[in-house]
Amino acid sequence: MSEHNYTPSSKFGKWFNDRLPLLTLANHLTDYPTPKNLNYWWTFGGILTFCLITQIITGLILAMHYVAHADLAFGSVEHIMRNVNYGWLIRYVHANGASMFFLAVYIHIFRSLYYGSYKSPREMIWILGMIIYVLMMAAAFMGYVLPWGQMSFWGATVITNLFSAIPLVGESVVTWLWGGYSVDNPTLTRFFSLHYLIPFLILGLVVLHIWALHVPGNNNPIGIDLKKPSKDTVPFHPYIVIKDLFALLIFLIIFALFVFYSPNILGHADNYIEANPLVTPAHIVPEWYLLPFYAILRSVPDKLLGVIAMFSAIFVLIILPWLDTSKVRSTIFRPLYKQFYWFLIADVLILGYVGAMPAEGIYLLVARVGTAYYFIHFLVILPILGRLEKPLEIPTSITDPVLGGSVQPSFVKSDKKKI
Amino acid sequence: MKIRLKVIFSFIAILSLITSLTAAEKAAKPLSPGWSFKGFFGKFDRASLQRGYQVYSEVCAACHSMKYLTYRNLAETGGPEFSVEQAKIIASNYEVTDGPDSDGEMFTRPARLSDNFVGPYPNEQAATAANGGAYPPDMSVLVKARKGGADYIYSVLLGYDEPPAGMTLDDGVYYNTYMAGNKIKMSNPLSEDLVEYIDGTKASNEQMAKDVTTFLAWAAEPTLEQRHKLGFRALIYLLIITVLVYFSMKRIWSRIETKV
Repeated sequence: MSEHNYTPSSKFGKWFNDRLPLLTLANHLTDYPTPKNLNYWWTFGGILTFCLITQIITGLILAMHYVAHADLAFGSVEHIMRNVNYGWLIRYVHANGASMFFLAVYIHIFRSLYYGSYKSPREMIWILGMIIYVLMMAAAFMGYVLPWGQMSFWGATVITNLFSAIPLVGESVVTWLWGGYSVDNPTLTRFFSLHYLIPFLILGLVVLHIWALHVPGNNNPIGIDLKKPSKDTVPFHPYIVIKDLFALLIFLIIFALFVFYSPNILGHADNYIEANPLVTPAHIVPEWYLLPFYAILRSVPDKLLGVIAMFSAIFVLIILPWLDTSKVRSTIFRPLYKQFYWFLIADVLILGYVGAMPAEGIYLLVARVGTAYYFIHFLVILPILGRLEKPLEIPTSITDPVLGGSVQPSFVKSDKKKI
Repeated sequence: MKIRLKVIFSFIAILSLITSLTAAEKAAKPLSPGWSFKGFFGKFDRASLQRGYQVYSEVCAACHSMKYLTYRNLAETGGPEFSVEQAKIIASNYEVTDGPDSDGEMFTRPARLSDNFVGPYPNEQAATAANGGAYPPDMSVLVKARKGGADYIYSVLLGYDEPPAGMTLDDGVYYNTYMAGNKIKMSNPLSEDLVEYIDGTKASNEQMAKDVTTFLAWAAEPTLEQRHKLGFRALIYLLIITVLVYFSMKRIWSRIETKV
């Protein structure tokens, strides 16, 4: 938020704005100079904001009817599905909304990885984003526990038991987390309380995330610093607003297909069986968006080391701006990194797949190789690659393609390209 | 960000390799009679739902509860759509405990439309004890609680068979082709002409299995028809507004040279 030359035209507006500069803020947001070559991968920030607000509103309504009690929770969810007016719609939007939220956040994160949006001067945006991501996982996990089905109960048991791996105090920590000696009513009620709290923490962090974004401005597909405002930028409103809206509508069509035509396809059938501490499901699996981390956890034979590996997998992401030594942001100009980028995507997808399978035989082997490669990518390849790789020539502006450079014009005008 | 075809293909290759290496234990492919409630315009077959209720109440309900349904559901749109009078008569065949009355006494009365389905046993323990240690699961959301859904339930109902040679079964355990592990503690519930359908349909095993599974699918998802209908409208609305926004976007971006 740099230049504030805005003066409201009305007298009241001026009086108000002098005391609370909301109009200046609104003016900043509408005029915010945005690179004009942003492609559709850049629309997911807006989509994610929409997802968060959708989850908060639907969650608020669900909480009016849900009963956080081990004996009543499952029945109260069925009550929402059967007796509350459009309760089925609200619940299916909320449940599938979590999956859509993660789908969007993964695209958002991998977009950042591709175009180097985490690099200087945008490290704070990246770190705030990673904290949001971790909180999202916590919120999603606790939310999945609330219907108190079999997967809720056993998922909660498995994940909370991870903390027992902490040396010396592990057992006490787990008892403290449970509020007793097993996953039971006290666990459910505290999960509900925290599940209600976390989205508002996320909301606050999102404000900081956007604030931090508005200091340097958006990165762009060719990853160069832009003069702002200039012929390389367009005002956020109406150009980016309408484009984000268009992308959001496409996203909503996919969202609606899930909600109305396959509302349970992303869930697990066992979660429609009421929690039973005496019957363990054959395979305990988390929701799809946590599977790569689950695969990493299970690929290490030692419990404590497995937990450390899982948390490290997130931690390497947080310190990524300092692991990647290349000064070049966009992968377009990094021919070697481009290969490794797609290897990483394949690696994460494979980890997700084996995370859903029983941890034995070939699956375990693949999970171990995948886990090893995941860490090698971040801890070995990225630091070395930045020093060895010879980047392609980079244009100096979006509008003027580099003269005699090696950049293909199609990349420079990548806003033209289809996703 | 072009998605690399090579990478995607190698990814698929690796996955198919993993799957083929572990495809050792393959369960029998479930049967499917073709369900009217699948697809964009899927609706329940009303007559099948009514017959299915008959099978449920005359056969399944002897052991299985259905506690999240109420008698009024039977008369609601999108369900079996019995008339309100019929649903009232069905409800009045069951006794529920109510109270306490003004004297502090509990009393029984015939069930009303607003009451939940009355189960065969007072509690889970009684149900388990009466069924040789195997609790007959509540059927309210059974179709959603089993992988494979309606196809799976239908297959299990028709999957009873003689155990293969060399397989010995304990008392009260039966062989079923489609059940996980092939062992089931429920005896074959269906036999030809077990129920006498009010509408005169011949009660073959396949017919009864199809009808009762349709009924269970509705019980698990009573708002399915409403969902399909609303979903279609929502999609039409979204498509129209998407097209409008697309052209607005083109128009706005035409003010500058960059294409969107």
